[in-house]
Amino acid sequence: MSNDTKKIILDPLIDNNPIGLQVLGVCSALAVTTNLGTALVMTLALTAVTAFSNLSISMIRNHIPSAIRIIVQMTIIASLVIVVDQVLKAYVYDLSKQLSVFVGLIITNCIVMGRAEAFAMKNPPGVSFFDGIGNGLGYGLVLMLVGTFRELLGSGKLFGIEILSTVNDGGWYLPNGLMLLPPSAFFIIGLLIWALRVWRPVQVEAADFKIKEVNGTEVV
Amino acid sequence: MPSENQSKPASVWNFLALPNDSTAKTFIMATLVCLVCAVFVSVSAVALKPLQVLNKELDKKKNILQVAGLYQDGDDIEAAFSKIDIKLVDLATGEYSTELDAATYDERKAAKDPALNVRIEKSNDLASIRMRPKLMPVYQVKENGVVKQLILPVNGYGLWSTLYGFLAVESDGQTIVGLSYYEHAETPGLGGEVDNPKWKKIWAGKKIYADNGDVAIKVIKGMVIPGSTGEQYHVDGLAGATLTSRGVSNMLEYWMSSEGYKNYLTKIQANGV
Repeated sequence: MSNDTKKIILDPLIDNNPIGLQVLGVCSALAVTTNLGTALVMTLALTAVTAFSNLSISMIRNHIPSAIRIIVQMTIIASLVIVVDQVLKAYVYDLSKQLSVFVGLIITNCIVMGRAEAFAMKNPPGVSFFDGIGNGLGYGLVLMLVGTFRELLGSGKLFGIEILSTVNDGGWYLPNGLMLLPPSAFFIIGLLIWALRVWRPVQVEAADFKIKEVNGTEVV
Repeated sequence: MPSENQSKPASVWNFLALPNDSTAKTFIMATLVCLVCAVFVSVSAVALKPLQVLNKELDKKKNILQVAGLYQDGDDIEAAFSKIDIKLVDLATGEYSTELDAATYDERKAAKDPALNVRIEKSNDLASIRMRPKLMPVYQVKENGVVKQLILPVNGYGLWSTLYGFLAVESDGQTIVGLSYYEHAETPGLGGEVDNPKWKKIWAGKKIYADNGDVAIKVIKGMVIPGSTGEQYHVDGLAGATLTSRGVSNMLEYWMSSEGYKNYLTKIQANGV
């Protein structure tokens, strides 16, 4: 694999993470991370959609009239999402029942649209495809991290396998119910972004304005 | 995947040479994208349909087994389901009917088929379902050749959606074993708590009919106080889901009345299964 492709795939994992740096796609990250199973299926679904939407949009990018370009992108993305949803319903019915509307909501996931508009419209199909894979994996990395915390602390399990035996089953661990509710994902994602920016200070955005110190009516 | 093959004869593909923003090209591109996407979506939908139908059937069978307490995760659904006999019951008379094949009978399709359904009088339509099939399937769970449980499909309107589920009743036609829904779209966390295993456990052992034969089973507001009158007929309401709780209550009142399974259950109570 050439260095360029490698960079395109690996960049969105840490250095340009769609959730960590661009803070996109957070909505579904709140909803599907209560356990690792759904988080993994969601990751695969989103990666597939982003990769193939990037590929197909990039293939016709030179012929998309700019007046209807967003609609063309949406049509392609929506079709791919429906197909993914159908495949899930056919092959992993139980998980698709758990994911319910969130697969359909990939259509509105800003990451897919964002990559189509920002990358696939300007780059050839090959690299666009890998860019989609990279961004899907970057999203998935955060999802899996959040899912690990939530499932472990919320129900004492990982991938449905018991790690901490819970009080309900006669063990010692009292599950933290908050972890199963969406707000906990907000806190975890916030902490993750904080940690990421301490580790890579380059990702810290410049402040839009500076709060000045005021002494009485006089600006110091 | 939408794509153009530029090596095609220029006569067909010469629109590609048009400026991107010309009206003609905008129209052609929009049509082409839609066409390709539509074909792509419909082909996959049609191709995957048989598998999805199979999944749905298995899911329904799994729910029947779960409400009867016969299913552990990982069990072979078809094998476990072989313990169950399906019979069709004519709700008006309470007699078994052999007109149609019970194994392939679909009560949800029948509810919409004018030849097989009955319009419910507005004043009787507690479950807000407007139509019901004349025949309903009854799943009989057998142990050593003796019927232990009857599993009765029920449906009715909650807050957002029609809830479809099963009520499992002991062979006395009076004691509830469990209630479980396999399809609904109630608010997750509120009405969606009809799926909560703790709530479902409360149903076991409750009685359906009062001594005078009226339907007495009811979801009440708040908690059932132990020792209160009618304790054996009352089930805790779901917190924050008054309308869903009322829907569940109404649906049982309808399906257990003489519009529903009462004629059948009375016969069972009198003569055994």
